[in-house]
Amino acid sequence: MAQHKVNYTQDGGLPVALTTIDKLANWGRSNSLWALTYGLACCGIEMMAAGASRYDFDRFGTIFRASPRQSDVMIVAGTLTKKHAEFIKRLYDQMTEPRWVISMGSCANTGGMFNTYATVQGCDRIIPVDLYLPGCAPRPETLQYGVMLLQKKIRANKAGNAQKPKRLM
Amino acid sequence: MRAYTPKDDVQAKAYYTDRYYVAPQVPKQEVESDEVFASDLAAIKAMFDVKEAYIQVGQMVVYINANDIYGVLQLMRDELTYTQLSEMSAIDWIAKDNTFEIFYQMLSMTKRKRIRIKFFINNGDAVDSVESLFRSADWSEREMFDMFGIEANNHPFMKRILMPYDWQGNPLLKTYPLEGDEFAAWYEVDKIYGKEARDIIGPELRDPARVDRYDSERFARLGFEVPKGTEITGNEEPNAQEYQEDGGVFLIKKFTKESSKIVDDPQR
Repeated sequence: MAQHKVNYTQDGGLPVALTTIDKLANWGRSNSLWALTYGLACCGIEMMAAGASRYDFDRFGTIFRASPRQSDVMIVAGTLTKKHAEFIKRLYDQMTEPRWVISMGSCANTGGMFNTYATVQGCDRIIPVDLYLPGCAPRPETLQYGVMLLQKKIRANKAGNAQKPKRLM
Repeated sequence: MRAYTPKDDVQAKAYYTDRYYVAPQVPKQEVESDEVFASDLAAIKAMFDVKEAYIQVGQMVVYINANDIYGVLQLMRDELTYTQLSEMSAIDWIAKDNTFEIFYQMLSMTKRKRIRIKFFINNGDAVDSVESLFRSADWSEREMFDMFGIEANNHPFMKRILMPYDWQGNPLLKTYPLEGDEFAAWYEVDKIYGKEARDIIGPELRDPARVDRYDSERFARLGFEVPKGTEITGNEEPNAQEYQEDGGVFLIKKFTKESSKIVDDPQR
């Protein structure tokens, strides 16, 4: 037998990392947040800019998907009209658990400057929201910071079935 | 300091003044001052009854009878080369005399002239559709129906165009409140969750300037955020604004400025 002197607990030793299932699952979830392309108004332009090469969401594992069935996070980017309200609910229901919602910009938060008959006064009247981003429109940096905060929130929670599905009512 | 105005004869002044700003009228010219418009008006007058006609801001305005609209527009399109219907809609005069004023903005590319055809209808009456003459009237008449509730006879698809099909009310009427009536206020809640959800979801918050720093559910004070439902006393510890957890994140390398190479040569 070779008399080697390898310290198995040091780097490059035993190829094993010890962790918990929670941490592993949350690591996967928080670093592959696939977002639904949901640009409703001018905030959508900032969302596109955040996804494009200058700000590059791909570095964070956030890839925009065109289908709610493939996405984990819905970024409500823009004015939600009352005509569209039923569709945001339908798209939210089509997303698989666990799912998160970022309300991006004043219009999605509170209706913003559209204090009119045709605008939903905050998308949290329709779907449960995890994160509100202020701004009109928020810059891509804000959205990036928001996604990082959401990652932090995901990592802070238990990963298993202990997390109850979010319901508005 | 505000200038003093004598208040001696306040009672003697006119007891009625316009409550809001009333725009002064742009001066009107006679139709005879423009020979192209004069000949067009003569052609219309030869076949139809014209109530009033004048030139305003370089455009002729012609008031006709409501029943003649299809014939007038057909004559203008086929004989007078007004081949484009730029725009059409209605004006709400219900408060004044229970009527709508309907206008059709016509453009002739060859004559380089614009004519506005107008007429009045009573509230509740329908207009004749000109969709078979001008395709642009298709959506314009639907929008007029959507916003004012004025139907167009013989229109191929007389349905709402902007608001949802199950909407109640006509938003461009002057009697319609800007923030919507009760139907509008609860529309999305009633449709998605049902009327019984009104109590749970609650009424709309219509004051965008309202900031409640003691609201721990939605917008707590920035930098002093607390968990949801916490009673806020005002003596909260400030939260450090940090991007990631203190001890670093599992399997993710922390970015350090020292170990990274900074390219400061702009001509690299």
